[in-house]
Amino acid sequence: MNPTRKRRLAIVISVIAAAAVAVGLTVFALQRNMNYLFTPSQVQEGQAAQYATFRLGGMVKSGSIQRAGDTLKVSFIVVDDGGAMPVEYTGILPDLFRDNQSVIATGRMDSGRFIASEVLAKHDENYMPKELKDAMAKAHENRKIDDKKDMPR
Amino acid sequence: MIPELGQFALALALLLALVQGVLPILGAWRGNAALIAVARPAAAGQGIFVFTAMAILIHAFLHYDFSVAYVADNSNLALPWYYRITAVWGAHEGSMLLWVFILNIWSVALAAFSRHLPPAFVARVLGVLGLIGVGFLAFILFTSNPFLRELPMPADGGDLNPVLQDPGMTFHPPVLYMGYVGFSVAFAFSIAALLGGGMEQAWVRWARPWTNVAWAFLTLGIVAGSWWAYAELGWGGWWFWDPVENASFMPWLVGVALIHAQAVTEKRGSLPAWTVLLSLFAFSLSLLGTFLVRSGVLTSVHAFASDPRRGLYILGFLIVVIGGSLLLYAIRAPKVATGKPFAPLSRETGVMVANLLFTTAAAMVLLGTLFPLIGDALNLGRISVGPPYFGFLFVMLMAPAVLLLPFGPYLRWGRAEGRQLTAMAWRAGVAAVICAVVAAVFAQGHLRAIAGVAGAVWVGAGTLAYIVKRWREMPRGRRYPAEMAGMLVAHTGVAIFVIGVMLSESLSVERDVRLAPGQSQSIGGYDFRFDGVEETEGPNWRADEGIVTILRDGATVGTMHPQKRTYSRGQVQTESAIDAGLFRDIYVALGEPMDANDVQGAWALRLYHKPFVRWIWLGGLFMMAGGFLAACERRFRAKKIAAESTLEPKATPA
Repeated sequence: MNPTRKRRLAIVISVIAAAAVAVGLTVFALQRNMNYLFTPSQVQEGQAAQYATFRLGGMVKSGSIQRAGDTLKVSFIVVDDGGAMPVEYTGILPDLFRDNQSVIATGRMDSGRFIASEVLAKHDENYMPKELKDAMAKAHENRKIDDKKDMPR
Repeated sequence: MIPELGQFALALALLLALVQGVLPILGAWRGNAALIAVARPAAAGQGIFVFTAMAILIHAFLHYDFSVAYVADNSNLALPWYYRITAVWGAHEGSMLLWVFILNIWSVALAAFSRHLPPAFVARVLGVLGLIGVGFLAFILFTSNPFLRELPMPADGGDLNPVLQDPGMTFHPPVLYMGYVGFSVAFAFSIAALLGGGMEQAWVRWARPWTNVAWAFLTLGIVAGSWWAYAELGWGGWWFWDPVENASFMPWLVGVALIHAQAVTEKRGSLPAWTVLLSLFAFSLSLLGTFLVRSGVLTSVHAFASDPRRGLYILGFLIVVIGGSLLLYAIRAPKVATGKPFAPLSRETGVMVANLLFTTAAAMVLLGTLFPLIGDALNLGRISVGPPYFGFLFVMLMAPAVLLLPFGPYLRWGRAEGRQLTAMAWRAGVAAVICAVVAAVFAQGHLRAIAGVAGAVWVGAGTLAYIVKRWREMPRGRRYPAEMAGMLVAHTGVAIFVIGVMLSESLSVERDVRLAPGQSQSIGGYDFRFDGVEETEGPNWRADEGIVTILRDGATVGTMHPQKRTYSRGQVQTESAIDAGLFRDIYVALGEPMDANDVQGAWALRLYHKPFVRWIWLGGLFMMAGGFLAACERRFRAKKIAAESTLEPKATPA
């Protein structure tokens, strides 16, 4: 092999090696950090059983928010049309968190309760996150969600 | 009557944009001087009408013209005048107008400051900008008209989202757009070069200052956005890998690659095809960013109301722009661009490796951002990609970049010698190790903090060594030309940024606590004493304001007043209190009362001690300053460049 070819071969091999490492790392990182979104009824059907952590989306059941007496622990129930799931969280809830608000919590299951590490309620009271709306619509094909509710005033 | 004039101005602007987009390009193709001469007046005309429309919308907001639906939706009588101006770009329609407004600032600037360029070339560049203007003006007029009337006129308007009622919001979007839209100039230069052929790489020299300025604005916009999120969202985080943040970050990453690649092409004539491709990518990603924000396809703190018609329009526009430009590239690039060879150990190789790292990072961010859409399309379920994906891969990609950065200036063009590199590596390496050992004593086993100090000192010492070398070896007056100074300042910014990120991420103490009045909590050597809440009021909100006294060794350092605001329309918004310092921030946010009926009782509080967090934004500002400084290079303003010439590669390293 002449020097030019040798150099080209070296370049090609190093590019392929770098690409392989990049693809490997990306797949690894994606697999570790992909979070699926389920509604309470889907969780109760066992759809989320294979995932260690996932996101739970639904509405906060009216009157279900309870605070512990001396810590920041708070519990509430997230519902969709067919299911309900008790959630526990320790920390400060977002500004928009309240009864009947749609929320997305990230966490894991522990003996029938959902232990949340993060709770999001980012949008205003009329707005439901699109992915949550879709997931709830999918869980309950017969239920119609009014599209106008998607528009923030 | 006045709002209708605004709409009329937009329609006229659209017509002039059509003229600007079609006639000059035809003229440049046919060699018709009369058509070529249309470019500048058409650009000026479009500019005047778009500026008029913008002024009319601002006027409507300042004068509470609630008969205009957009004004009624986003402002009300209680909103102070400065936030009424912010409200102009606080929602979809106005921010699209801002987009076009800034596109016209760039076009007019280009028309004014391009007298030294060949007329045919300028005609093509302005033509491409005109076509982009057509796309966006049509979008505004047909799907998102900010001047639509709402009759009968409501007595009072709605409200600007309280999250946006912050000084940071007043200037974050315009600055960010200056950067985003600024890449359209580099894009237009590339398309013009592809259309024209034969120009070789002279066009890169003309494009460089524009690209650098756009990139610097984008840097400032991202820094401002990050700071705003830190101060305003009440979580004390400075970057969330939110889809919309990513949307601005991808063009930035490609922009980094682009400004370096342009330097190579301009000075050495190497990698011209790559440079063209990067400028197409940078602008395409800017457009994609607009698509992601405006269409609401991804859940984000920034997403506005979703309207499928708008999403479809932008998607179509995106396909035309990206597809069309890539097609043109495929046809013309082999003819236009013939690269010059270089040795494996050379500055060209260094830039190329850095380019690969930054474009890979952009691709990684793109994959993570679009993955929920891909998952949706393939029916994999509702997926989101967590921030650790981005954090992990970004660090993996940027670690080699930081490692290689100090070598850059020492590499000679064409063929470098190893000896100088080793000398630099020894000095910077020893400095980095010494500082890391010192840091290890203070950081007590926080590996990331130690690695951060080592990395930052490595970059900083390497850059400093080069500054000293130039000082010794070059005659006065030729030591630091603007371009070189810009590079050194920006690279120093990287060192500062690395310190900020690594130290604040590893040493920060963040605690959510429950405190009754009189109780205190100790964090990071400070005592936080909660002294209860008081009621307070602003122009359009009332708030519970916490009083938190900060003590150090029993002595009072300061008093902080975090607020929990309730706006006139009932939205609740946390206003954190921040005691800023060069070496540490103290951050207090008010959570909620533990018993909603007893505001004077215990509250949930968020207490942070964040060392070196300011350095993150300080580093960003240095990078921005570097971009502006490099754009001032005198060489870029050279009056006459022979249009037909291929630039001679210079023998000396520069």
